Amino acid sequence: MAGDVWVFAEYQAGKIRKTSLEVLSKGRELAEQLGSGLGVLLLGSGVDGLAQELTAYADTVYYGDNPLLEKYNNDVYYQIIAALAEKEKPHILLAGATFLARDLFPRLAGRLKTGIAVDCLSLEMGDDGSLIARRPLFGGKVLADVVCREGRPQIALVRPNTFSLPDVQSPAQGKVLPLDVTVDTSQVKLEVLDVTRMAKERLDLTEAEIIVTGGRGMKGAENFQLLDDLADVLGATVGATRGVVDNGWRTHDDQVGKSGKTVSPKLYFAVGLSGAIHHVMGMNTSKVVVAINKDPQAPIFQYADYGVLGDLFEIVPLLTETLKKEI
Amino acid sequence: MNILVLVKQVPDSEALVQVKGEGSGVEVEDRYTLNFFDSLAVEEALQIKEQTGAGTVTVLSLGGQKAIEALRTAIAMGAAEAVLLEDPAFENGDEYATAKALAAAAKGMEWDMILCGKEAFDDSSGIVGPLLAEFLGIPLVTTVVKLDFISEEQAVVVEREIEGGKEVIKAPLPVLLSAQKGLNEPRVASVMGVMKAMQTEIKKLDLAAVGLSQSEVGKAGSKEEILRYHRPPERPPVTMIQGEATEVVRQVVALLKDEAKIL
Ligand SMILES: Cc1cc2nc3c(=O)[nH]c(=O)nc-3n(C[C@H](O)[C@H](O)[C@H](O)COP(=O)(O)OP(=O)(O)OC[C@H]3O[C@@H](n4cnc5c(N)ncnc54)[C@H](O)[C@@H]3O)c2cc1C
Ligand SMILES: Nc1ncnc2c1ncn2[C@@H]1O[C@H](COP(=O)(O)O)[C@@H](O)[C@H]1O
Repeated sequence: MAGDVWVFAEYQAGKIRKTSLEVLSKGRELAEQLGSGLGVLLLGSGVDGLAQELTAYADTVYYGDNPLLEKYNNDVYYQIIAALAEKEKPHILLAGATFLARDLFPRLAGRLKTGIAVDCLSLEMGDDGSLIARRPLFGGKVLADVVCREGRPQIALVRPNTFSLPDVQSPAQGKVLPLDVTVDTSQVKLEVLDVTRMAKERLDLTEAEIIVTGGRGMKGAENFQLLDDLADVLGATVGATRGVVDNGWRTHDDQVGKSGKTVSPKLYFAVGLSGAIHHVMGMNTSKVVVAINKDPQAPIFQYADYGVLGDLFEIVPLLTETLKKEI
Repeated sequence: MNILVLVKQVPDSEALVQVKGEGSGVEVEDRYTLNFFDSLAVEEALQIKEQTGAGTVTVLSLGGQKAIEALRTAIAMGAAEAVLLEDPAFENGDEYATAKALAAAAKGMEWDMILCGKEAFDDSSGIVGPLLAEFLGIPLVTTVVKLDFISEEQAVVVEREIEGGKEVIKAPLPVLLSAQKGLNEPRVASVMGVMKAMQTEIKKLDLAAVGLSQSEVGKAGSKEEILRYHRPPERPPVTMIQGEATEVVRQVVALLKDEAKIL
């Protein structure tokens, strides 16, 4: 409906992504402040069940279920959302700042002649009904409050792990609105040939609640087993510094930092890494940071809550053992 | 194949950036460099040009004196032509207004492909490229880590990074692609290149030359307004733990449980 708050939901391996749920919880809060409804957008193929699931969180579930939508294609998704937004005129449109959203929504903002704020760390309603988004600049050295006064919807993409998960409305109250998926195929230029995802049991770094990152102090690829073991006990995801990736010990997918991923977990272990600014930019919104390093001068200690001075090869296995017993 | 590459001069990652006054602005230490992701875009354009043996690599930047440095760095790497969008009217614009001006300039140029960086270090948003694609009505693929040009088909097959995987996408020309780390290793300019860069004429375009009005660019043409700046929240001073390993580990676990209440 006109004036509503909308959230774009993503799913993976048959489940709504955690980051989408986080954004839904913030979306609900904003909708309450505005006195508006909360809509959620879901595009995919065979997503009936997920659409039903979303009725627990939103008032309206707009969903497009069509084989055309099975794989994300910017040209296709963009057309559908643009047409729907032009018709329904939402006030605010939110999504997690994922690779998909960062590919899709900036172009959509251009089409809808509106502003977009990316990687937001907080969202507030301003007095005039504008959304005030706080976003990092200069790799997080500064934060800025930005507002889009004219264009609608105001679009904001939120850094994963920023908001808490929503309460489920019980019983589910939202209504499901299937969309008529019409796509102008002459405007579909991109052809998605293949999508591969590494079979990982763990959450992606961007969504993980606990991360154990190793640096060059790990000395070799084989020693990452120590971190994998620690991660197993904690249900954590393993990350790496660029030094490690450049050495070929881990793949780029695991890299945290300016030229890797930006992460914001509840707990971040920085193991055998020095804390170069390029690395810190990717992890400095982590809630609690534990650094393990044998050099008391290592800059990472300036960005840590708890600094363990010692040899990681001694500390990490003991930590894993102790945690196994304690949690 | 003619390739247009967008480049921006940005503060170095290590540059000191401070909030001034009551959050009314920021002060940036004068340590600037070509945006890292843009250097990947320039490198890729040069590689395609070397591979196809024909066409021109042109670099385009919007800005003042600083932007000239970005253009010169790109020429020193091997780009043939440089265009600077410079006009007081362009100043203080957001990504939207910047993309509007870049699009207007690009419309007057010849290109088959546009390359840009995944994001600019200063605003870290990665939206100028996609907006430009929209304003030009061409398809786009962001965070590209591999690029193959298929000359018979006048198309590209690219790999783009996604969480925990990759997408392989085919796109016909013209197309806009944004460069992500992993795409290539940018070359270091040769001495010859640097000398050439000093001599190459930089073509300048102002507001009138791109045919836009005052209201479409700069602050007037912006969608986002910055209300205020903040320092990021500070972490409390670190608690250092050292000593005998078993004792250290016991303490860490206790702190995480009882103080941080995280386990
Ligand atoms: C444009 C650009 C982008 C970059 N992007 C990124 C990025 O995205 N991510 C990133 O991480 N880096 C990035 N870097 C690189 C960054 O500047 C650093 O070079 C890199 O982070 C260093 O990796 P490291 O901490 O693993 O290694 P080092 O700096 O070598 O640190 C190793 C640490 O391990 C400690 N150590 C060694 N042995 C032990 C032991 N037995 N026990 C305990 N501690 C031990 C040492 O005391 C040292 O502090 C970038 C650089 C540039 C120029
Ligand atoms: N003023 C500018 N001049 C030229 N290119 C730019 C400018 N601003 C941004 N870009 C390009 O757009 C990319 C993304 O920038 P941004 O959206 O600002 O993060 C950058 O990596 C550049 O390639």
